[in-house]
Amino acid sequence: MMPLSGDPPRSRVLAVALIVIAVGLAFAPFLFPGAKPLNVAAKVCIFIALAASYDLLLGYTGVVSFAHTMFYGVGSYGVAIALYSLGARWDAIGLGLLIALPLAALLALAIGLFSLRVQTIFFAMITLAVASAFLVLASQLSWLTGGEDGRSFRVPELLQPGTVFIPRDALGVAVTGRTLTYYLVFASCAALFLLLLRVVNSPFGRVLQAIRENPFRAEALGYRIVVHRTLANVLAAVVAAAVGALNALWLRYTGPDTALSFNIMLDILLIVVIGGMGTMYGAIIGGTLFVLAQNYLQALMGTVSTAAGEAGLPLLPSLFHPDRWLLWLGILFIASVYFFPSGIVGKLRGGSG
Amino acid sequence: MSAQDSIDAVAALPKARRDLIPLLLPVALALAALPFIPSSSTWVTLTIAGLAMGMMIFIMASGLTLIFGLMDVLNFGHGAFIAIGAYMAVLVLAPLGGWMQADSIWLNLAAVIPAVIVAMAVTAVLGLAFERVVIAPVYGQHLKQILITMGGMIVAEQILYALFGPQQIPLPLPTSLRGSFQIGEAAIEKYRVVCVLVGLVVFLSMLAILNRTRIGLLIRAGVENTEMVEALGYRITRLFVGVFMAGSALAGLGGVMWGLYREQVNAAMGGELLVLVFIVVIIGGLGSVTGCFIGALLVALATNYAGFLVPKLALITDIALMVAVLLWRPRGLYPVTSR
Repeated sequence: MMPLSGDPPRSRVLAVALIVIAVGLAFAPFLFPGAKPLNVAAKVCIFIALAASYDLLLGYTGVVSFAHTMFYGVGSYGVAIALYSLGARWDAIGLGLLIALPLAALLALAIGLFSLRVQTIFFAMITLAVASAFLVLASQLSWLTGGEDGRSFRVPELLQPGTVFIPRDALGVAVTGRTLTYYLVFASCAALFLLLLRVVNSPFGRVLQAIRENPFRAEALGYRIVVHRTLANVLAAVVAAAVGALNALWLRYTGPDTALSFNIMLDILLIVVIGGMGTMYGAIIGGTLFVLAQNYLQALMGTVSTAAGEAGLPLLPSLFHPDRWLLWLGILFIASVYFFPSGIVGKLRGGSG
Repeated sequence: MSAQDSIDAVAALPKARRDLIPLLLPVALALAALPFIPSSSTWVTLTIAGLAMGMMIFIMASGLTLIFGLMDVLNFGHGAFIAIGAYMAVLVLAPLGGWMQADSIWLNLAAVIPAVIVAMAVTAVLGLAFERVVIAPVYGQHLKQILITMGGMIVAEQILYALFGPQQIPLPLPTSLRGSFQIGEAAIEKYRVVCVLVGLVVFLSMLAILNRTRIGLLIRAGVENTEMVEALGYRITRLFVGVFMAGSALAGLGGVMWGLYREQVNAAMGGELLVLVFIVVIIGGLGSVTGCFIGALLVALATNYAGFLVPKLALITDIALMVAVLLWRPRGLYPVTSR
C-alpha cells in the first residue's frame, strides 16, 4: 500500500493484522468453503469499503452524517430496480449505476450546500431528517421499490450460483458464478478502499484534515471550507452508492432492511469509531471484527440468554436476548468514544495517531 | 467618557427589531389551505388537530432548543427522554385503571396528574444524571457530543426494549377526555383542546420565565455569551444543570401527551419523534423558543392538511417545509445571533 498512498500502517501488529485480513479475504472461497462463510466474507468486504467511505467524512472531514445509508441505498436500489425491470442483463447493471451514482452525488451536493455552510451540528440533524424521509419514501413507493418487501431479482448468468466453471472434484471446491461474484465484490471493494486511501493522503485530504483541526485557520489560508467539505461529502456518497450496488449484486435482493435501515448506519458508525477514526485502516480492522462478531457472537448471546433463562435469573434473559445486540454495541460505542477515541488502530500505533 | 457621550452611546444602540413575518406564517398556511378543503367544518377539525399536534411537538422540541441555545449541546438522546416519559405514564396509570375509566373528571385527573408529575420528575432526574455523567466530559467537542448522545439514545432505547418488550403497550385516554365537542358541523376532540391549552400554557410560561425573571435573564445572557455570565460571578454549571433538567422534563411531558394522543406507547417512539423534533428545531432556528413554537405549528398544520388532501405527499411535507424555510432563511426562522 506504500506506493499507492505513502501511508503505511505504522505498527507491526497492525500490518500483520491487515495482511492476515487481506489474504483471508482474497482466498476466502478456498480457505472457508461453504455458503455462510462466503457470505460473511462478502459482507466484510462490503462493510470495509462502506466504513472507509464514512471515515472520509467522520474521521478526516470531522462531520457526522446520518445519511450514509441513504447513499448506500440509492446504489442498492439503482441496480436492483434496473435488474428487476430490464431483466438479468449486464447493461441493466450499467444503467442502474449510471443513474444511481450521479443521483447520489447530486443528493450529497444538495445536502452539503444546504447544511455544511452553517455548522457541523446542522449537518448531522439535516442528514438524519433527510435519511429518515428517504427511508419512508422507499418503503411507501411500492410501485418502484417494492415497498417493505423490497425487490428480488436475477443477476446476469455469469454471476448465478448455477453457473459452474470448475466442478467440485477438480479443486475440492466448486468455482461457480457465486465465486465470481465474490471476487467482483472483493476486487471492487479493494479498489474503492485504495482509492479512498489515496484521496485522504492527497493534498485534498490534507486540507480536509486541516479544516477538521482548525476551520478558521484553514479558511484564513485560503481554502474554502464549504467547497472542501461538500466535495468530501459527494465523494463519500458516490463510493457508498457503488458499495450499495455491490451489496445488491451479492444479495440478489434489495429492501429497506438490507439497504436503508438505521441499524446499518449505526453499524458503520461503530465500525469507524471502534476501528479508529481518521485512519482508514480502522475500517478494515473494525469492519472485520464487527461482521465476525455480528455473525458468530450474536448466536452466543442467544445461548447465554437461554442459559440465564433456565437458571431463573431475572432480567438477564432479556438483556442477553440476541435482539438486544444493539444495547451492548451502544455501550461499547460510548465507552470507546470516551476511552479510546483513536480506536483500535490508534491504540496499536501507540496513542500517537 | 462624559455623561453626554454615554447618552449618545445609548441612543446609538440599534433598537431590537421585531421580526413579525414568521409569526404570521402558521396563520397564512391555515388560510391558504382553506380554499382547497371542501367543507369549512373539515378545515376546523384539521386545524385544531394540527394545532394540538404542533403543541405537543413544541413541548418536546422546546427543551432541546433551549439546551442547545444555552449549552451548545445538541442532545441526540432527547428522544429517549420522550419515550421514558411515556413509559412512566404507563407504569403509573396501570394500577390506576379504575380511576381512568371512572366517569368523573376528578378521578381521571387524580390519575393523570400524578402520572405527568412522575414522568417529569423521572426524566428530570435522568436528565441530571445524563448531563453530569455523559455530557459534561465532552463540553465543547461537537463531534464527540453527537456520537455520545446518539450512543446514549441507542442504549436507552434498547433498555426500554429489554424491560418492556418490543410490543405496543396501550395507554388509553381517561373517560372524560374522550369524545368530542360538536361546534356547528365541526367535531373537535376534547383531548386536542386540552393539548392546545397545555401547549399554550407551557409556551407562555416559558416566555414569561425567560423574559420576566432573573433566572430567565441569566439564561438569555448565557445564550448570548456564556463566558461573560461566568465572569460576572454566576455559576454557569448550575444553570446548565437546571436547564438540562427542565428540558428533559419537558421531553417527558411531551412523551406522556403523545402517548395518550396515540393511546399506545412503544420503545421506538423516541427515535421517530426525535427526527420530527429536529426538523422543528431547524426550522425555528437552533436555540430559539419562539422559532421552535412557530416551526412546530407549521410542521403539524402542513402534515395535517397534506395528509387530508394528498396522503402520499404527507410523507415528505416536513422535509419540504424545512427546505423551503432554509432557502428563505438559511439559519432558520429566528436565528440566535451568537451562534
